[in-house]
Amino acid sequence: MLRVPSIALLLITWYAASLFAGERLLPGPEAVLAAIVAEARSGALALHLAATLARVALAFSLAMVIIILAYIWGGLTEAAAIAAVAVNKLPNTIVTIREGARALDPALDEMARVFAMPRARAIRHVVMPQVAPYFAAAARSGLSLVWKIVLVVELLGRPNGVGFEMGIAFQLFDVTRIIAYALVFVAVMLTIETVVVQPLERRASRWRVRTA
Amino acid sequence: MSDAHPAGECGPLDIRIVRKSFARTSDGRLEVLRDIAFTLPRGEVAAFVGPSGCGKTTMLRIIAGLDRDYEGSVVRGFGGAVGMVFQEPRLLPWRTVEENVRLVAPGASEAKLTTLFDTLELTPHRLHYPGQLSLGLARRAALARAFAVEASLLILDEPFVSLDDALAMRLRGELVKLIESRPVTTLLVTHDVEEAIGLADRLFLLSASPARILAELPIGRRDPASTAAIRAEVARVIGMRSVSCA
Repeated sequence: MLRVPSIALLLITWYAASLFAGERLLPGPEAVLAAIVAEARSGALALHLAATLARVALAFSLAMVIIILAYIWGGLTEAAAIAAVAVNKLPNTIVTIREGARALDPALDEMARVFAMPRARAIRHVVMPQVAPYFAAAARSGLSLVWKIVLVVELLGRPNGVGFEMGIAFQLFDVTRIIAYALVFVAVMLTIETVVVQPLERRASRWRVRTA
Repeated sequence: MSDAHPAGECGPLDIRIVRKSFARTSDGRLEVLRDIAFTLPRGEVAAFVGPSGCGKTTMLRIIAGLDRDYEGSVVRGFGGAVGMVFQEPRLLPWRTVEENVRLVAPGASEAKLTTLFDTLELTPHRLHYPGQLSLGLARRAALARAFAVEASLLILDEPFVSLDDALAMRLRGELVKLIESRPVTTLLVTHDVEEAIGLADRLFLLSASPARILAELPIGRRDPASTAAIRAEVARVIGMRSVSCA
């Protein structure tokens, strides 16, 4: 059993690092343990943990069911693969955008109503900017999710794609090829993040300037 | 509960709020307005003075059509746009000052906007976002927005607070010019009796919650004798109720 020494090593490193970095930057294990106990006593820990676990369980089982159903109904086809990915991505997007819709400021909505702003203009200038950060969050988390699901789907039932190649390389113990494909794939993802997602986000939040 | 806007007519603004109450979790309902009834001829300026928290903002929201949960009726005998200055600026943080104004007044000419921004001393801030403005500047931007609309009904909820005296004075002058240039029925809530006397054709004194109209004082001429008489009347009514109006 390597687990016990590995946990012990972690705790020792943690403790040493906390001594080195100071209590404010990195609280020691005993402080964190005290916080866990306090949260557990108040009941907050159990409440939040249960909520998260319930969401994870529900989402995970739904996602798995959807992938399997897609392949059962559609066969191992391109359409089934894309549908499975899309449907898996959808709930995540819906939940995030719904949070955004909930956070809409009624004061601004009233302003648009009093000034009789036409519906289309109000959506573009009043509603969309409020939802935009949630949209960006959904896009980012969605993108990372879709990357992974696509790889899995390719691994399971497609005759080409990075996931397929990595699956083949894995079966042939061709570690060099696995790393090669993984590196290129990571590079492409990072490029898209830097070139597309981040500039869009910067543009959408350019009004968030510090007070002059 | 009826609202009507007979188009193209020049009727008065007719307010009959029988009762307005808010649901409260513990003890039933909280009554905030009771028997607020008045008729304002087209183009007149009404000022409302009353203690803090007496329901003036609620009344304005009902008249603006933002709150339809009340007993009574609001009849606007004329069509046209509504301009409003809320108690907070309520600017779109993601649009510049100029965009905020243009979005509600797409028809406003460049010349008109330039003059407006000049008067409100907002010209250096046209391209600033509201987050970059002080509260006073943001309030001026909100005023610019309400003035830019060719409104036939102007609703002002304490528009000149948190502005320095000189600027507030100038803005009152602008408001007077605006009102004189075309018929704008104007409702002004203020804590400042002098401001009310200076701007309004008619002064309404409101009671503490639930707000009722204690007195309706027409303001005719603004010579020292007449304004002194009104001031005395205001002091008499408010003093009698021992309600602070500061």
